[in-house]
Amino acid sequence: MDSTTSDPPAAPPAAPPAGPAGPDASAPAPLRGTAADGLKIVIVGGFGVGKTTMVGSVSEIRPLSTEEVMTRAGEGVDEADAVPAKTTTTVAFDFGRITLNDRQVLYLFGAPGQQRFWFLWDQLFGGSLGAVVLVDTRRIEDSWYAIDRLEHHRMPFVVAVNRFGERGPSLPKVRAALDLDEHVPLVECDARLRESSKNVLIELVRHLTALHERPAREDAR
Amino acid sequence: MSGRRHEREDPDRYFTITGGRRDASLDLVALVVAEIGPLPGMSSEQVRILRLCRDHPVAVVELSAHLALPVSVVRILLRDMLADGRISVRHPVSAPEPEELPDLETLKQVLVGLHNL
Repeated sequence: MDSTTSDPPAAPPAAPPAGPAGPDASAPAPLRGTAADGLKIVIVGGFGVGKTTMVGSVSEIRPLSTEEVMTRAGEGVDEADAVPAKTTTTVAFDFGRITLNDRQVLYLFGAPGQQRFWFLWDQLFGGSLGAVVLVDTRRIEDSWYAIDRLEHHRMPFVVAVNRFGERGPSLPKVRAALDLDEHVPLVECDARLRESSKNVLIELVRHLTALHERPAREDAR
Repeated sequence: MSGRRHEREDPDRYFTITGGRRDASLDLVALVVAEIGPLPGMSSEQVRILRLCRDHPVAVVELSAHLALPVSVVRILLRDMLADGRISVRHPVSAPEPEELPDLETLKQVLVGLHNL
């Protein structure tokens, strides 16, 4: 089972989601008045892998945090009060943004990788340009599920090994451990560093561009 | 629209704010702009939204974070405000369709923006 701690236990509704910056920590850098086109990239990974760190290292605002609360009906019976169960799921996620130009602003979302999050994927992150799977080589298995779901959603992605400045298994070993298709880019990064995180995002955009040139996207179809 | 689906799953407070409805049509990164100032009789949430979006666009997800309300609740509030002409919304235009790639021009713009970081 994946760690569930990147989803805080359902916080009291009145409490503001506790993000690194807090909800009203400071006057947020406002968007340009001409901003009209929001874009999304999602960074997926297990707890503690550095998603928020990566968002924060490239974002023009301190990462903010919010949540979505969703209910699915009819999943067994709630034994506590013996009524048809509705499962309430709270998914917390962080985000930041990068103003690309006068019109376009790119939002980066740090999304939890564990199972209970994925039924919200389309609603929250449908329409994303692509995804980054952030991997901690000490917990490679945390990434298996995310990669599987991204493939299922036909969301193009790159995989970035967050080294936190340390050494670890070589990329070929990581690729093998992830059973990662040869065509999926696999890069190293240090999510604390802006240049490094920026390069991961650039790698993703290049990958997306390259996919345009693959006439038969058999892997992604 | 589908209106009154009484799904009382959310805490009562959310139910009160939204009348128990759901709406997923506003994207997380749709940009909201206030069209009027706060008026007497508006809910405190509506007043806060109008103040936040008064001088510049604010994304749905940023409103959610600043108001400390779940995204789905903010969407409902915004839908009402949109219907009443209190806000306008700039929907994302470059998002790829499901299972499609982003278009090359969009990718080029993103690449330029990232290089400029």
